[in-house]
Amino acid sequence: MYDSGKIITGLVIFLAIFTYPLWSNMGKAAPVPKPELPPKSVATQCVADTNYMRTSHMTLLNVWRDDVVRMGDRVYVSPNGKAYNMSLTNTCLECHSDKVKFCDQCHNYLAVAPFCWDCHQVPKPKEKK
Amino acid sequence: MGVDRRKFLKLAGVSAALGLGGATGFQLLRPGALDAAERMPTPYQMVFPKEQGNAEVSPNPKRLKGRRWGMVIDMRKLTPAKARAAIEACDYYHNVPQIPGKQNIKWIWTAPYVNVFPETENPWADPEIKNAQFIVMCNHCNNPPCVRVCPTKATFQREDGIVMMDMHRCIGCRFCMAGCPYGSRSFNFRDPRPFIKKEYLDYPTRTRGVVEKCTFCSERLAVGKLPYCSEASGGAMVFGDVDDAGSELRQLLRKRYSIRRKPNLGTDPQVYYLV
Ligand code: SF4
Ligand code: SF4
Ligand code: SF4
Repeated sequence: MYDSGKIITGLVIFLAIFTYPLWSNMGKAAPVPKPELPPKSVATQCVADTNYMRTSHMTLLNVWRDDVVRMGDRVYVSPNGKAYNMSLTNTCLECHSDKVKFCDQCHNYLAVAPFCWDCHQVPKPKEKK
Repeated sequence: MGVDRRKFLKLAGVSAALGLGGATGFQLLRPGALDAAERMPTPYQMVFPKEQGNAEVSPNPKRLKGRRWGMVIDMRKLTPAKARAAIEACDYYHNVPQIPGKQNIKWIWTAPYVNVFPETENPWADPEIKNAQFIVMCNHCNNPPCVRVCPTKATFQREDGIVMMDMHRCIGCRFCMAGCPYGSRSFNFRDPRPFIKKEYLDYPTRTRGVVEKCTFCSERLAVGKLPYCSEASGGAMVFGDVDDAGSELRQLLRKRYSIRRKPNLGTDPQVYYLV
């Protein structure tokens, strides 16, 4: 084989660079996200069960969106009987008032970029007293 | 290798028998047996696992109810200052951006008689009318061409007549802008946020690539309040139920002569001008 030295060196360098992201991160787990829940004084329960919200809040938000915009239904009564105004900014973010400490934690960890915030406003985090 | 006719017919027979054995066959032989299982679940039954119980949704009990919303604009009462107040209220509370040039976004604005009522051109009309600045906005047409052309149903007509926008669905194709004969719709050529002077945090902004327009303040009606422009206009803009013969709006329409924009197009606009 002609130029085998050059080719093999080239291949080794290529593989090293190509797999860099894999081995450079080996053994280092990315920190598990810790979304910060609102203090108990603000709210002790969400519009649905925590596990459900953790995995499926986007489904619920989609259904809320259609109900509000298309059906005009704006009041949601949760399975345990509490009534809420169906609004991302005015209800969800009322309790989860700091988007950076709550939403962004998992969204960044999973590298998802929902475009809710292109239109829906993010209230300024309230000053802690 | 080939399938001869005999084999083919046999195969076809077996397949048909199997097909009948499926849900269709079941339905044929025992009608009604599968109905219970097939009933569409409500959205909340779909999103919630069974053991969590049911969530319910309903409209706000305080909402204003109407069968056919409309607006009457009294040109005798509408002074330039009142028009400005109405426009400023809408712009602020709906985060309507002020973009200089042709890319501007408009929900409600003023235009001269010749542009608002082009077919009624009349050189000797009352100069007071001819020189007046008319307030224009979406007419919430009874027969809205924008709804008809929208390929995604992002623009749709509610039962109470309001022609609504679902920004989540709009793909920015702008068919509706071509369809609307009144120029009531604007396209977001760019991110509008930098052009909003002061953001009103309780209402969303829009994003690049969607079309927007007046919504007859559906978010206000939903909580039992009147549209912002009507409230700010000092009585020059009266909002109400066109279908209700006893409404203030209908009384005004009975007492005074009113005109509508381009009625010959058959869109049946629901914004009336008292001249
Ligand atoms: S005025 Fe234009 S945008 Fe409004 S309903 Fe009529 S056609 Fe649609
Ligand atoms: S621009 Fe949006 S609202 Fe208009 S027709 Fe296209 S999808 Fe429908
Ligand atoms: S009805 Fe509401 S959305 Fe429409 S122009 Fe008036 S204030 Fe704006």
